[in-house]
Amino acid sequence: MGKDRLTIAVTGLNNTDNPGPGVPVVRGIRESKDIDTRIIGMAYENLEPGIYMQDVADKAYKIPYPSAGTDLFMDRIRDIHAREKIDLIIPNLDAELFTFIRLSKQLSAMGIRTFLPTIEQFEERHKGNLPEFGEKYNIKVPKSISIQSEADVESIGEKFDYPVFVKGKFYDAYYAYNPDQVYTHFSKISARWGLPVIVQQYIKGTEVNVVALGDGNGNTVAAVPMRKQYITDKGKAWGGITLSDTRMLDITRQLIRDTRWRGGMELEMIKTAAGEYYMIEINPRIPAWVYLAVGAGQNIPEALVKLALGMDVRPYETYEVGKMFIRYSYDLICNLQQFQQFSMDGEL
Amino acid sequence: MMRLKQNIVITETGFVFDSDTGDSYSTNPVGLELLEKLKANVDMDEITAQITGRYDVEPLQFQRYFDDFVIMLRHFNLLEDTE
Repeated sequence: MGKDRLTIAVTGLNNTDNPGPGVPVVRGIRESKDIDTRIIGMAYENLEPGIYMQDVADKAYKIPYPSAGTDLFMDRIRDIHAREKIDLIIPNLDAELFTFIRLSKQLSAMGIRTFLPTIEQFEERHKGNLPEFGEKYNIKVPKSISIQSEADVESIGEKFDYPVFVKGKFYDAYYAYNPDQVYTHFSKISARWGLPVIVQQYIKGTEVNVVALGDGNGNTVAAVPMRKQYITDKGKAWGGITLSDTRMLDITRQLIRDTRWRGGMELEMIKTAAGEYYMIEINPRIPAWVYLAVGAGQNIPEALVKLALGMDVRPYETYEVGKMFIRYSYDLICNLQQFQQFSMDGEL
Repeated sequence: MMRLKQNIVITETGFVFDSDTGDSYSTNPVGLELLEKLKANVDMDEITAQITGRYDVEPLQFQRYFDDFVIMLRHFNLLEDTE
C-alpha cells in the first residue's frame, strides 16, 4: 500500500504535567507505514510545548477557546482550512469535544473529516450520568451525585460514607474526608470547570485503565489495558505498564458493542481486592498515555485516521503485555522569535 | 494442590511479574527455585524432598519456612488452587 499525503489537524499539544494527548497522537500517526501526513497543530495557549517541539507539528496555529463562541471558533477553522486544506481534525481535549461533535456536519461539508462519538454517546457517559449509564449497560459504577451549589454539600453525609471523590465535569478530582474538604474542592472545581460538580463514592482498590477504539458499528478495533505505576500529584500517569487482564478487555468490548462507540476512548476502572471492576470514568477521547498502546503493538491514532477516511481496518487482536512507559521532563530551548511569532501572528 | 498462577512471569534473575495486575516482585535464588516448582505444579512432598535433598535443612524446618513463603504468595494473590 502506498502512502497518501494527508493533512491532519490535531489539538491537545499541551504536553505539560497535565498532558494533552496531541503529541502522542501525532507520534503514532507519524509512525504509520501507510499514511504520510502533514500535521497541523492547533493550540489554545502560546506555551503549549507541542507548538515548539521538533517533528510534532509541521505548522501550528492558535485557535480561540470554544467558549469564546462557535462563530469565532468556526471562522478560525475556516481560515486555517483555506490555507492548509485539512483532511481530518482530531480533537483531543474533553472541553472542546462537544463543540467539535456539534460542528462535525459543518466540518464535513467543508471536506474536513472527524471520527467522534455522537452527541448521545458523548452525553450519556458524562460523569454526572454515570449511575444511569451503569444501569443501562449493566456495568458496575460507584454511587455518585451531581451537586449544583454549596447547599447540596450538607446532605452528602447522609448519602455517602467519607471519604468521597469530588470531581469536575471535565477535569480534576480530589478526595474529601469531611464536608469542609468538599466545600473547598467544590469552590475550586466549580470556579475552574463550571457546574455541576460530581461527588462519587470512594471505591477501595487499584486504578486500572483501558485505551480503546470503537468503529461506530459495535466493533472494538483496538484495546490495551494499563495500570499506572507512578502517579503525579495531579493524578496523572507518569509511568504505566500494559496488563494481560482479560476481564478488562471483556468489559471494554461489551461497552463498545452495546453503545456502538465511535472513536477513541479511555475507560477508568477500580479493581477491588475481591476482583470486582467499577467504572469510575469514561473519557470520550484518546488519553495522553496512548503511545504506550502504540509501543505495545496497537497504533490507535493510525487506526483512528484510517477509520475516519473510511479505510478498512482489521481489529487488533494482540498486544505486548508488560510494556512500560516512563514519562520525563525535558527543557526545550526556543528563540524569542518563535514565541513572538506565535503570540503575535497566531501561527508558527 | 496449589500452583503459581499461569499469568505470573518469572525470570532467571528472580524478577517476578504479575501480568494481570502489573505488580512486580523480586526473590532470592531459593525463592526462585520454589516458585519454579510451584509453577510446574510440583506437589508439596516432592518439593520438600527435593529441597531437603539439596540443602542442609530438616524437613520440618523447611516446611515451616515454606508455609510462611506460601502465606506471603497468597497475600500477593500469586497462587491458585488446583484439583
